[in-house]
Amino acid sequence: MAVSFEVNGRARSVDVDPQTPLLWVLRDTLNLTGSKYGCGIAACGACTVHIDGEPARSCVFPIESVAGKKVTTIEGIGDGHRHPVQEAWIAEQVPQCGYCQSGQIMTAVAFLKKNPQPSPTDVDEAMSNNICRCGTALRMRAAVLRAAKEMKEMRGREPVGGAR
Amino acid sequence: MSMRMGEMSRRGLLRSASSFGAALVIAFEIPREAKGEPAKPPFGPVRAWIRIDSVGTVTLFYHKSEMGQGISTALPMVLAEELGLDWKNVNVEHADLDPDHQNQGTGGSGSVASTFMQMRKAGAAAREMLVAAAAKRWGVSPENCTARDGAVWRENDKISYGELVESASQLPAPDFDTVRLKRPQEFTVIGKSLARKDIPSKTDGSAVFGLDVRVPGMVYASIERCPVFGGKVKSFDAANAKAMKGVLDVFAIEADREVHSTGGVAVVAETTYIALQARKRLRVDWDYGPHANESSETLRKQFRRLVDSQMKVVLEQGDTEAAMASAPASKRIECDYELGFQAHATMEPMNCTVHIQPDRAEAWVPTQAPEWAAQMISKASGLSPDKIVLHTTYMGGGFGRRYQADFALEGAQIAKRTGRPVQVVWSREDDMTHDFYRPASYHRVSGAVDEAANITAWRHKSTSTSIAQYWRDNAPPESSELGSSVQNPYAPRSYKLEYLPADSGVPRAWWRSVEASQIGFVMESFIDELAHGAGADPYEFRIRALGNARKIRNPLDEKSTPLDTARFGGVLRLAAEKSGWGTPLPPGHGRGIAAHFSFNSYVANVVEISIISGRLRVERITSAVDIGIAVNPAGVRAQVESAIIYGLTAALKSEITIENGRAVETNFNKFTTLTMKETPPIDVHIVSSTADPTGIGEPALPPTAPALTNAIFALTRKRIRRLPIKPADLA
Repeated sequence: MAVSFEVNGRARSVDVDPQTPLLWVLRDTLNLTGSKYGCGIAACGACTVHIDGEPARSCVFPIESVAGKKVTTIEGIGDGHRHPVQEAWIAEQVPQCGYCQSGQIMTAVAFLKKNPQPSPTDVDEAMSNNICRCGTALRMRAAVLRAAKEMKEMRGREPVGGAR
Repeated sequence: MSMRMGEMSRRGLLRSASSFGAALVIAFEIPREAKGEPAKPPFGPVRAWIRIDSVGTVTLFYHKSEMGQGISTALPMVLAEELGLDWKNVNVEHADLDPDHQNQGTGGSGSVASTFMQMRKAGAAAREMLVAAAAKRWGVSPENCTARDGAVWRENDKISYGELVESASQLPAPDFDTVRLKRPQEFTVIGKSLARKDIPSKTDGSAVFGLDVRVPGMVYASIERCPVFGGKVKSFDAANAKAMKGVLDVFAIEADREVHSTGGVAVVAETTYIALQARKRLRVDWDYGPHANESSETLRKQFRRLVDSQMKVVLEQGDTEAAMASAPASKRIECDYELGFQAHATMEPMNCTVHIQPDRAEAWVPTQAPEWAAQMISKASGLSPDKIVLHTTYMGGGFGRRYQADFALEGAQIAKRTGRPVQVVWSREDDMTHDFYRPASYHRVSGAVDEAANITAWRHKSTSTSIAQYWRDNAPPESSELGSSVQNPYAPRSYKLEYLPADSGVPRAWWRSVEASQIGFVMESFIDELAHGAGADPYEFRIRALGNARKIRNPLDEKSTPLDTARFGGVLRLAAEKSGWGTPLPPGHGRGIAAHFSFNSYVANVVEISIISGRLRVERITSAVDIGIAVNPAGVRAQVESAIIYGLTAALKSEITIENGRAVETNFNKFTTLTMKETPPIDVHIVSSTADPTGIGEPALPPTAPALTNAIFALTRKRIRRLPIKPADLA
């Protein structure tokens, strides 16, 4: 059964077992390897992508439920440039091994859309379900707060009516 | 090209040609034959470390595995320092496995420490050749020229390295033993906090980890393993699995004693998901083997029986029995400490991609030990090592787990039969239930202080699931278990170490900081108990016990570095000062301190906690480290943070328990880790030093748990002697 959906703005159609988790379609079928396998039970967050703008754990999200939806992965989050969250991640020198970071960044981007001016406690709540074994949590918190500030300034710089 | 072929390796030519197009490129590589005897090159790796092409593009190769510790920046920084490069124009690239590198194994916090001088000499040698080439062109003496920012300068005149490589590469390489090295005061790169080169690619999904390797024609495999340690396949029925669309093959693979691989039933499929699903359809009859009844409880009973028994005396200084007997009962302490198994739980599960053809093999391995991985691929494929091309990929954490070669061997076993490139994928459950765990251990420590608060006796009996015993090393079982307890810095007047290994089928090996994670906990808990027993401040008591500056040798290994009590005291003082040791704390808060010497580095941590309404919270941690020269202080700070969080997780959350000969915790829902809201801020202070650099990937871990439990004691008078801490321990 072919399933059609959109990934990073591009129409895709795959013919796989409809129960196949989105993660494996992205990684093995579409060769988008930025989203990572960490646990397979939605416990670590390394596989986080956006489905219609909402964060989702792609390792447990069957591909049949993605039909007709818009998927954004780490490869597409910057839309051709670096997203301010990615910039903040570099500025704070967050990643060590880096394996969990795609999922962390995708979680942070989705969170900042909902809560553009978060407190540190808000960030902690939002990010506490993602695991990092290298211990980068506080750098991530700093990066999320930095990105929030930067994005606010960007909004301020845009002409009235301008949208990003 | 006008370069003499003898001075350039064929390999180097090929590499350059494939990267840039042969016509434009002249690789600048120092021929190892140019100096010394070919059979015994002074620094053979040099030619594989530096590449400068004729347009001046500089690529520095790092030959140690980048697993998050930042080595892909630190090692090139050392080369760039002596070579005189503008750091922002430096490209870095991971070296493939190459015998010229001599040792690409990455562990023991040793990469910078073991290669610092080699790298400097290599960089300096290349610089001298470039300077000589420029001097020749100008017709001046090399002394009148300087090298910086990728060019040789004479007053305001300069010639870029790119313009010089061709002539420089024809000059003889200078003598490595006498090549001029910069003095530390001249450093412009070493000691600077620089951004890591690997980070941008780790924010956009482009960094290629082991599981991200994609090769044309590749297939995926996964292995059903016996859940019981040491168990084997008796028989299996693969009919249902083979009936699945996309399943290509199902077969048994043998366990291997050399690497302690599990063996099992391998499923090869078109995608990872199909391979994982097909495993569920296998019917396997297992032979559970001799360890099916082992549990954490049976092991604990065995531990207690062993410490109650006569043990092997490993070290004896003075007469502890007499000292104990003569101490008043109120000044005698005896305590039992115990620590459970820990999984590495790297975020990226074990994996390996291998393609074996009749005459060659190529492998992409997230490994800390590329040489060992290649040996295993050679063993499974029957190909000689020179027929194996091995690429080390980025890896989603190492922490010692990736020093193993079990996954590389499995990759080769399956690839040999499959004939196509195959990626062997471990599920998270495979990874967590078939790790080589940090050993479990049990310690009985007794000691006494006299009226003047001198430590008169310190006796440490311990047992553990010895790493050396599991790997059947020739070394005695205690050799992997006692760490720097053989160099007790606190100068007890009598001291005795005793040990016996426990019998266990649980696989174990090197976890971050290895035995120091346990020995540090025991020693730094016990010194704290002695301090409180003597009614002294735990920090003051430690400083006093350290006494005059002296060096304590390792009596079991004369070649290892002595412990310098001045440096040990130095980090204690710095951590105490920066944490405000002794200053008042809010109600419900407490502070603890601990220091430890491991991997030739000194780290002291002060942990501040609060317990409010029964809830323990780690408020902040202050860490002081003495690692000699800190090549990249920003990287050092990141590693200290990382090791502390790893250690805190093991103290507060994660544990592997054993039941019915298998691991109970199978995934991150049970093996929990510190979350962002539980993560304390960490202040890192680096002792300014010109001593040779030591390592920092691990040494901040050992003094973390004891500083935490010492803080709990300071606040509550409850002594935690068993890790991880359970909520009931605080009640």
